[in-house]
Amino acid sequence: MTGRKIGGALAAAALGLTLGACGPGGGAGGDQPYLAIVSKGFQHQFWQAVKQGAEQEARRRGARVTFVGPATEQDVEEQMNMLTNELAKQPDALGFAALDSRAAAPLLQQAKANDIPVIAFDSGVDSDVPLTTVATDNRAAAAEAAKHMAELLDGQGEVAMVVHDQTSRSGIDRRDGFTEWMASNAPGITVLPPQYGGGDQLESANITKSFLSANPNLEGIYASNEGSAIGVIKGAQESGREEVTIVGFDSGKAQIDAIRNGRMAGAVTQNPIGMGERLVDSALRAVEGAQLPESIDTGYFWYDHENLDDPKIKEVLYQ
Amino acid sequence: MTALDDPPDESEERRGITTAVKGRLQQLLAFGSLVVISAFFSVASPFFFTYGNITAILFSTVVIGTLAVGTTFVIIAGGIDLSIGTGMALCAVMSGVFLVHIGLPPALGVPAAILFGGLIGLVNGMNVALLRIPPFIATLAMMLVAEGLALVLSGSAPIYFTGVEGYVEISTGSLIPGVDFPNAVLVLLGIAALAGLLLTRTVLGRYTYSIGSNEEATELSGIDVRKWKIGIYAFAGLFIGLAGVLISARLGSAQPATGMGYELQAIAAVVLGGTSLSGGRGSILGTLIGALIISVLNNGLQIMSIPQEWQNVILGCVILVAVYTDIIRKRRG
Repeated sequence: MTGRKIGGALAAAALGLTLGACGPGGGAGGDQPYLAIVSKGFQHQFWQAVKQGAEQEARRRGARVTFVGPATEQDVEEQMNMLTNELAKQPDALGFAALDSRAAAPLLQQAKANDIPVIAFDSGVDSDVPLTTVATDNRAAAAEAAKHMAELLDGQGEVAMVVHDQTSRSGIDRRDGFTEWMASNAPGITVLPPQYGGGDQLESANITKSFLSANPNLEGIYASNEGSAIGVIKGAQESGREEVTIVGFDSGKAQIDAIRNGRMAGAVTQNPIGMGERLVDSALRAVEGAQLPESIDTGYFWYDHENLDDPKIKEVLYQ
Repeated sequence: MTALDDPPDESEERRGITTAVKGRLQQLLAFGSLVVISAFFSVASPFFFTYGNITAILFSTVVIGTLAVGTTFVIIAGGIDLSIGTGMALCAVMSGVFLVHIGLPPALGVPAAILFGGLIGLVNGMNVALLRIPPFIATLAMMLVAEGLALVLSGSAPIYFTGVEGYVEISTGSLIPGVDFPNAVLVLLGIAALAGLLLTRTVLGRYTYSIGSNEEATELSGIDVRKWKIGIYAFAGLFIGLAGVLISARLGSAQPATGMGYELQAIAAVVLGGTSLSGGRGSILGTLIGALIISVLNNGLQIMSIPQEWQNVILGCVILVAVYTDIIRKRRG
């Protein structure tokens, strides 16, 4: 019996202590509008930056936000549970980045039935519930990379591409945005058929090495995400072809270092902080009943060794 | 994973009685914690104790609960199963293969997917009992095999059950007309009741406890321990298959990469419910309560908007406290 009492007391004490230590949780209530945001994760730098942007904008506008996401970007069920819990808090609006939009459809319908406006972010949703989608226009961002590649090569030469995925929206858009811009704006540049490395550094490096040995005249390589870019840099280095012009996508320490020491010409990065800000802005406008456009482009930035240390660029790079 | 740290210093009869009492106390303690935690959240948030939120909590318990009920048998028998999470994902994919790719009717495809879970358990059991590979290693290997196979068989993309009539209703439908109460919760309660009966009232249950508390003595008393071990793993595997069906029905899709990490949550639920990781002791009721504690904590902390990083810290502390109280009682026992 004593054991049980001690146990109970311990459990209660531990719970009380930890809850107390966590400080003000908030909860619902109050007169500020309350926005619940369910992301694809919360640990990656990218999502932390989105969160930071959302919190900044919420402070500016006098709103409260909560930001949750599953531990991994595969955990669809966990995201459903989180969405259910957030809906139970009866938020004034919901921001949602779906891991699997079809699986989330019934819950989005429930939000609609409860008159909770839903704003999709990061990726679109196969549903007519979200009022708008706040995301990077990957196609335009890839065209920006193509434009810089063409300038760096003076509009002449052979270019290869290492793409992270051939089925996902972002993979397709970053591939087609690049090739389409080249086709219509740079007739002197030949783009070789893309190869897919799954965003894996080692595989992308191997692809790069076979590109380089099969095409001795290759002048430039475009990489569609962080893992691909690091792989391409590594592959070029291992092949002893460091003069080849590399442009990439996203950021990260290895990429930033490569740009600093000249192994990489530059890259396009998304604007996660801006995404968080526009998400909160759109949600608040939806609460006020304003009409929203079908999609909201959160922008992108080209960065290279010249503007790497601009405060404006530094803010959007995550390493 | 034997009962070496728990020497048989008492007569078997006395041991039996104290074990039963201890089990009851542990359940009471777990249940008491559940009540305290729930009461705390009811006071802390007006949204906690609502019908919608309670059903949400129960619904979120289903998958972990189903896996935990099955793995309770394995752990009581002194083993461990790390393959239940990715095995579940593989069974979800198999359900997709049977129902969507092959086009079997649900009346055949669903039992086939559940039996496939039994097959995973059977292979685990043979590796453990016949090849004498330690359970931790045998099921760790199976965890990787299952994860890989799920990706291969699905082509690394979700399989959607859009065209399969009635499949989603297995989890999300309401059997009771007019009442919004998900079927999956009824399934969990049904299989838990069944598993509880099997564990306490049948020879399967008796040998499970016996093997877990003293494998050698069980062997010496003329029981074919190897055969029963294989049986226990295979039986527990059926719950892997069922969890695969329940999660894919809830999501309307088989997600091949979902599953890693579920094994640890299920094991945590079993431990919170008072089942000893060294085998020989435990109950299905305790496991259910343990699974509920995890979902109530997840739900309540999120409803209170506790930062997510802290939610894990709190859950970890609760597990430590639960196991520590078990150790205190054992010492005094």
